[in-house]
Amino acid sequence: MNRRIFLQAAAGACALSALPGWAQSALAGGGNFGNLLILVELKGANDGLNTVVPFADSTYYSLRPRIGVKREEVVQLSERAGFHPGLAPLLPLWKSGQLAIIESVGYPNANLSHFRSIEIWDTASGANEYLHDGWLARAFAANPVPKGYLADGVVVGSNDMGPIENAPRSVALVNTEQFLRQAKFAERGGYAKNPALNHILQVENNIVEAAAGLNGHFDFKTQFPAGPFGNQVKTAAQVAANKSGVAALRLSLGGFDTHQNQPNTHANLMKTLAEGLVALQASLQEIGRWNNTLVMTYSEFGRRPRENQSGGTDHGTAAPQFVMGGRIKGGFYGQAPQLARLDGNGNLPYAVDFRDLYATVLERWWGVPTQGVLGSRFAGIDLIRA
Amino acid sequence: MRILRATLGGLSVLVLLGLQAAAQAAPLGAEDARHLLTRSGFAPTDGEVRQYAGLSRDEAVDRLLRGARTEAKTQPPAWVNEEFERPRVKEMSPEERKEYQRALAVRGFDLRAWWMSEILTTPTPLTERMTLFWHNHFVSSLQKVRVPQAMYRQNVLLRRCALGNFGAMLHAVAKDPAMIIYLDSATNRKGAPNENFAREVMELFTLGEGHYSEQDIKEAARAYTGWSLEPRTVDFKWRPFFHDDGVKTVLGKSGNFDGDAVLDILLAQPATAEFVVKKMWMEFVSPDTETPANRAEIQRIAAQFRGSHYEIKTALSGIFNSPRFWAPENRAVLVKSPVELVAGAVRQLGVGYGDPLPFVYATASLGQNLMAPPNVRGWPGGDVWINSTTLLGRKQFIERLMRVDVMREPSNDLQSLAAEGGMNNMRRNEGEKIQGAGRLGAEGRERLIRAAASIQVDSQKYLAQFSGPLPLTQSLLPGSPANPLPTDLAGPPLLKALLLDPMYQLK
Repeated sequence: MNRRIFLQAAAGACALSALPGWAQSALAGGGNFGNLLILVELKGANDGLNTVVPFADSTYYSLRPRIGVKREEVVQLSERAGFHPGLAPLLPLWKSGQLAIIESVGYPNANLSHFRSIEIWDTASGANEYLHDGWLARAFAANPVPKGYLADGVVVGSNDMGPIENAPRSVALVNTEQFLRQAKFAERGGYAKNPALNHILQVENNIVEAAAGLNGHFDFKTQFPAGPFGNQVKTAAQVAANKSGVAALRLSLGGFDTHQNQPNTHANLMKTLAEGLVALQASLQEIGRWNNTLVMTYSEFGRRPRENQSGGTDHGTAAPQFVMGGRIKGGFYGQAPQLARLDGNGNLPYAVDFRDLYATVLERWWGVPTQGVLGSRFAGIDLIRA
Repeated sequence: MRILRATLGGLSVLVLLGLQAAAQAAPLGAEDARHLLTRSGFAPTDGEVRQYAGLSRDEAVDRLLRGARTEAKTQPPAWVNEEFERPRVKEMSPEERKEYQRALAVRGFDLRAWWMSEILTTPTPLTERMTLFWHNHFVSSLQKVRVPQAMYRQNVLLRRCALGNFGAMLHAVAKDPAMIIYLDSATNRKGAPNENFAREVMELFTLGEGHYSEQDIKEAARAYTGWSLEPRTVDFKWRPFFHDDGVKTVLGKSGNFDGDAVLDILLAQPATAEFVVKKMWMEFVSPDTETPANRAEIQRIAAQFRGSHYEIKTALSGIFNSPRFWAPENRAVLVKSPVELVAGAVRQLGVGYGDPLPFVYATASLGQNLMAPPNVRGWPGGDVWINSTTLLGRKQFIERLMRVDVMREPSNDLQSLAAEGGMNNMRRNEGEKIQGAGRLGAEGRERLIRAAASIQVDSQKYLAQFSGPLPLTQSLLPGSPANPLPTDLAGPPLLKALLLDPMYQLK
């Protein structure tokens, strides 16, 4: 039963077309951005096989005699797969059916360069297609967020804008108080023909608008984990708690490029991730937003199934990603890693295109069309409760 | 008809060439001299501008390239030649481990302060710009390397080769100990390949993406086996026992290659010269490498670069003498990097300081932590330098500089200075965002506060050089201010307004 593939192939089941015509045209003007998207990037390529461990597959242990997660340490989720022990804090979310694991996410002709592959993910391009704008930037350009929103997308704690690169009204911030203190240096500016100057003027405008929208400080009871990722979660919660809305937040956790001595590093990362996500859930619950929040992880690729001689793993392809939220239908989606079907580089085949995850967000979460955002038709995944 | 058009076409080419030759020979005005010095170095003082104004383009470029130093004049920290003792971190108690981390962090900041000092005081800023350029090309990071001596040596190597020969530098960097550690070369062994270096050398150091296959990487990785380090001295060591002696096929060539042979195969590819020149173009001319006029220039200069067997001065001379470098539409189109912003302000305004450490922190918090680029691709640069966080940080840096004007009430009391929120307020909360800064300990923080308190700006003295608002504006901004300035603004408030103008972020 757990091996069932829940991917929908038929376009007829898509949420939009089920709506009456007037509702469709009403939605065409703007999406349901009351539904919040929180992306969590796992920078450096997370090792999927040691995240959701296929413990029942003996090939896994023969490929990974040294760094495989021992059967007795796996947090069992089904008869064949389980969490890395560091992810144990996520178990309650899994048990309550609010955590979906989409397995074997990737794309055709996988590129094994970090930079190129994350660019493919960030811009939702094909492997041989070069796009400049982030996929969310394109979505917001076609479907602007309501005027009163403080921003369309907010990048927390990182200097790269990733999926909201070139979005009309995006901002990056480290923490809300510092942002508000410094925002007085920004001035509303006009348009300039010089692209670099125009970029700066736009950033200034976005700062002015975001600062005007960041109007309250919420006193959370949730305990946020110490450290940079915990701080990001706290800032994200603070932004989400604002009265003026925001459509998307992007957090990131780095350090996943584990070419050597992987086990300790990866265990720490798993723990940091799980504790951060649990605090994120608790804080959004606290402000009553968990039911309209969708949290999704992503990473440029997974890592190679066979461990290398340095106790680490080299660049791979498909990997599992998590989607969670109060209205997420938990469980396994996609396809278990096909360890018996590795390609010429010793890498896994993918079963779910990452753009199916994006289509899920666009059509089913926000109710906006995928046209113009995703190059071709992606059906999305039926993982959201009505 | 066709003949007529051809003749006219030929004529216009001749006229264009004539105009270019005239521009090439004409003496540089102050504005052009400032453009060359800002783009090839850090914002110049008016004294520096005067040294170049009046020269022809050729003469000015020649002078820049000929005079460039190859060694730092700043004395390095005393420990750089100490033998490295590999720490047995696993056997350490938690306290010992903490102390080891602290000592490592302190050395990291010593090293950065040394380099920052050189950047702030070098008589040939192009040397440091190119050292930084190569640091961002042949990336290694102290965060992974964790041997400060090796990062120092790599920096010395990059400076020595900064305007030398690219091919020689590639061979030297490939076997540089910091690079061996950074890209896992020592764990790449016969029968147990680690592809990290093999991939990055093709993707990021030479050919660029799309000019090689996954199979080329696998084969090349075999050729690089045997490169290793002497554990005590952290010197390069060749270990024939680990070298794969079989035949490898890389980019269509087959043979029993070693690592150097494969590097030569990469250097023989035309893609390499174009890849490197394109990167220089984005560093010095324009982010636009695709419009036909720019593209043609990049290809022309790349051919010269390759023809010179990769003499870096040939490439730079091509770039700085290109009419596109001087074209009005290519002025003020590049974003200053954090180091350019900070060092430029310090050099141009004649900011006084004792210890350059606060400037290291400033550039790090703006997204450019020297000796620690974010990943092997380096800092992406360009517009990416500026987002809401970093733009506000840049403006805050300027605003703090303006607050430590000597004309303000002097204060020697560290506490009151810190409370005042000037440059000296760059303390724990911000320092901790920078990896390792929180580990400096009380002593390190004290050093930082003391250093910040010693920073002084004398804006009256600076302003006295200018006869009015116009020359002041021209000296600070590469174009007209983006925000309208009140006409009655003068003195320090005008200076501050110009420094906070969006145009100040550009060069």
